[in-house]
Amino acid sequence: MEMIWFGIVSVMAALWVVLDGFDMGAGALHLVVAREERERRSVLAAIGPFWDGNEVWLLALGGALFLAFPAVLATSFAGLYMAVFLITWCLVLRGISLEVRSHVAGREWRAFFDVLFSLSSALLPILFGAALGNVLRGFPIDSSGQFSLGLFGDFDPRSASGVLDWYTVLVAAMALVALAHHGALWLAHKAAEPVRSRAARLAGRAWIGTASLWFACGFATQHLRPDLMSAAWSRPLPLALGIVAMASFGASFALARRGRAGLAFLASAGFLVALLAATAAAAWPTMLHSTLSTRWSLTALNSATPAEGLATGLVWWSLAFPIALTWLFLLLRLHRGTIQPAADGEGY
Amino acid sequence: MRTTTMDPALDLHRLQFAFTATFHYLFPQLTMGLALLVFAMKTMALRTGQARWNDSARFWIRVFGVNFAFGVATGIPLEFQFATNWARFTEGAGAVVGHTLGMEGMYAFFLESSFLALLVWGERRLSPRAHWGAALALFVGTWLSGWFIVATNAFMQHPVGHVVLPDGSVVLESFGAFLTNPWAFVQYAHTMVGSLVTASFVVAAVGAWWALRREHEAVARTNLAVGTSFGLASAILVAFPTGDWQGKLVAEHQPAALAAMEGRFESGSHAELVLIGQPDIRTETIDNPIVVPGMLSFIAYGSFSKDVKGLADFPPAERPDQIELLYYAFHIMVGLGTLFIALMLVANIWRWRGKLHGSRPLLWALLLAAPFPYIANTAGWMTTELGRQPWAVHGILRTADASSEQVHGGSTMFTLLGFMGLYLVLGILFLFLVGREIAHGPKPAVGAAH
Ligand code: HDD
Ligand code: HEM
Ligand code: HEM
Repeated sequence: MEMIWFGIVSVMAALWVVLDGFDMGAGALHLVVAREERERRSVLAAIGPFWDGNEVWLLALGGALFLAFPAVLATSFAGLYMAVFLITWCLVLRGISLEVRSHVAGREWRAFFDVLFSLSSALLPILFGAALGNVLRGFPIDSSGQFSLGLFGDFDPRSASGVLDWYTVLVAAMALVALAHHGALWLAHKAAEPVRSRAARLAGRAWIGTASLWFACGFATQHLRPDLMSAAWSRPLPLALGIVAMASFGASFALARRGRAGLAFLASAGFLVALLAATAAAAWPTMLHSTLSTRWSLTALNSATPAEGLATGLVWWSLAFPIALTWLFLLLRLHRGTIQPAADGEGY
Repeated sequence: MRTTTMDPALDLHRLQFAFTATFHYLFPQLTMGLALLVFAMKTMALRTGQARWNDSARFWIRVFGVNFAFGVATGIPLEFQFATNWARFTEGAGAVVGHTLGMEGMYAFFLESSFLALLVWGERRLSPRAHWGAALALFVGTWLSGWFIVATNAFMQHPVGHVVLPDGSVVLESFGAFLTNPWAFVQYAHTMVGSLVTASFVVAAVGAWWALRREHEAVARTNLAVGTSFGLASAILVAFPTGDWQGKLVAEHQPAALAAMEGRFESGSHAELVLIGQPDIRTETIDNPIVVPGMLSFIAYGSFSKDVKGLADFPPAERPDQIELLYYAFHIMVGLGTLFIALMLVANIWRWRGKLHGSRPLLWALLLAAPFPYIANTAGWMTTELGRQPWAVHGILRTADASSEQVHGGSTMFTLLGFMGLYLVLGILFLFLVGREIAHGPKPAVGAAH
């Protein structure tokens, strides 16, 4: 049962990264790929109908953690208090600026909210990436099962003294660039010209950036968490997933070069899912690694709620999941192909 | 689960949660009520084919879109705060409340978020029937959200379907009992009609504003009709039977909260109902009281002579800590509720006689009444949440043992001030945007698909 819920949590996290990832990435590129009003509108039209539903995957992921591994949720969120609130505020500002922007026609109004939207969209992958970096590096969890980290300390990951250190910043950079790549492919597939071709060109550059940062992150993780890396190499599941990640990553480049942006986007989604799933499979059963002593790590086994409740949760979750996917599928179908911004100014 | 003595940052955690929850609830209360009214308007548009129904719905859907965005943006911080500020609550009760919070995301939020853009921007792209369907989906989605969050809160008010483990954490024993918590049904019914009061008053007020300015005649009449008829029905339902049920549940399960809400210090039979008066908790008396003898016994237990416990019967550690605020919050809610019924009765009688549209004093009254349902709803939640104290989960987990010990007051003060600044700006932005929509008035359909 613990393993099933660990799997559910990982799947939902991966879905959220793939879905919310494209709108965060596209948002981060907003000011770069779109310069005048019509171009900006085509970026927003390509993500407007989707962003809220995508963000709900984050909330639903939170809900799954809440019922299955509440101690993991509580320890990490309370321990990363400041970072979590920066994320929260960025989520608030991103949603508001996207929704509010097109309601008023003034140039200054729109310019202001475009900048706010783009900045908050870019900060989100950075902060979430840094959080992922923290999870990989581990937390100073002591015998009380808690820790508390400020935003920065001495920037040395070995002392785990702050949210930001050179390692977590490296992971954050990779998250930003990988999601920018992902978002650029979405725009190259969905947005109207000229944003479309600009995004396609940017995607190529972001691919190279992602590749080098991925390499650097792998190297740094090997240095910092040799245990995690050796689990990744020695267990069949993470190894297989790692190979899938590499193959999809390569495919996304090849497909994008042939102008098949839609398929390249799917390949990029496959890359993100496989990479995250490989990480989760290598970490199993650890959820929050303690840098002080592995005895104090929070694992799926020592922090799960009792099995009866998990079984009940599995029943309603299995009913809800296909329904949620149905809404997503309907939405994607309704907006299939290129999304043109409305001529009369209605819409995003 | 660890239990400790008072966390020094506790008051800041409480204040921050109270502030952000109160701010959030300003939006969903309109969303949920308006979702029903918009659905009703779209239904009338389909059935009668009259343009005024669609014009009216189109206007309110635009307001709905803005309001919804603010509701979403302010809801996310609440969800996160369970874990950031109430870590021991999350750990101790997650095995139970995680179910309803999780179901809210999976069953309600996905539904809402998928159909929102279709409702707001889809009138031209969809057939009239499909657009009506989007309105229905939003109505169902928002009312489902309300259900799951109220069921979560109801567990905190009146826990059922759980067992307490030796370490003090609660786990699920009967999912059925948890989901069919009688408190949840009553609370849900009362909260939903409360949100319908807000939406009806807002719709009526905008109709009154246009009528006063002699603008948009047909839509103004439609809004006045919808607002006052739903307004009367919901104003009555919020008091009776749902408010009455709430009171009886509180009397049965949270007697200390009842005593504080009513400003009752001494115990005894034939308890009088305090209509007006200022509680003095040092001397344990009410200044300047105006009371109805025996009435409290009757409201709480159905007989004029029944005993009603006073605060004196509860040791200080079992009493709510904000007695004055609790007392006023409850009295403000009930007082306003009574005035709402009176106002809506008059407005409806005038409307039935065909005179509402021309009666300027009454139109002014409807216009100026719009903020008050927001006050009543906020006061109601204050009553509920302050009355639950000193418990986070009633009888099981104390609020003082629910906060995040590892977060110190400096951090919480920082985020509290941050929220105050952010929400001040958001509030101004919201009023500006909705004010603009009202000033522009209803727009005709642009290039409609039909
Ligand atoms: C328009 C809003 C509105 C109005 C006019 C009223 N209420 Fe209310 N009331 C609410 C909106 C509300 C609410 C916001 O929906 C609350 C907060 C949480 C809840 O369950 O409902 C609430 C809570 C609440 C509680 C507290 C329950 C608890 O402590 O857990 C009681 C006893 C009542 N109500 C009773 C009444 C009565 C007797 C009213 C007579 C007129 C009344 N309410 C009018
Ligand atoms: C304090 C506890 C609460 C939490 C944690 C919470 C959480 C949330 C979240 C995360 C959202 C955004 C969903 C999205 O992204 O689509 C939201 C919106 C919403 N919430 Fe809350 N909420 C709380 C209180 C309430 C209450 C008391 C009600 C009603 C009774 C309510 C009703 C709604 C509704 C209808 C929405 C849809 C958006 C809107 O109406 O503006 N919420 N809430
Ligand atoms: C939207 C309407 C709501 C308002 C205005 C509101 C208001 C408040 C207030 C005033 C407090 C502080 C009480 C105190 O500590 O003195 C509080 C605390 C709290 N409320 Fe609510 N609340 C709302 C809905 C909810 C819901 C729906 C839930 C549960 C899902 C909830 C969960 C909590 C929790 C966990 C705390 C902190 C622990 C505690 O003080 O008991 N609230 N809320």
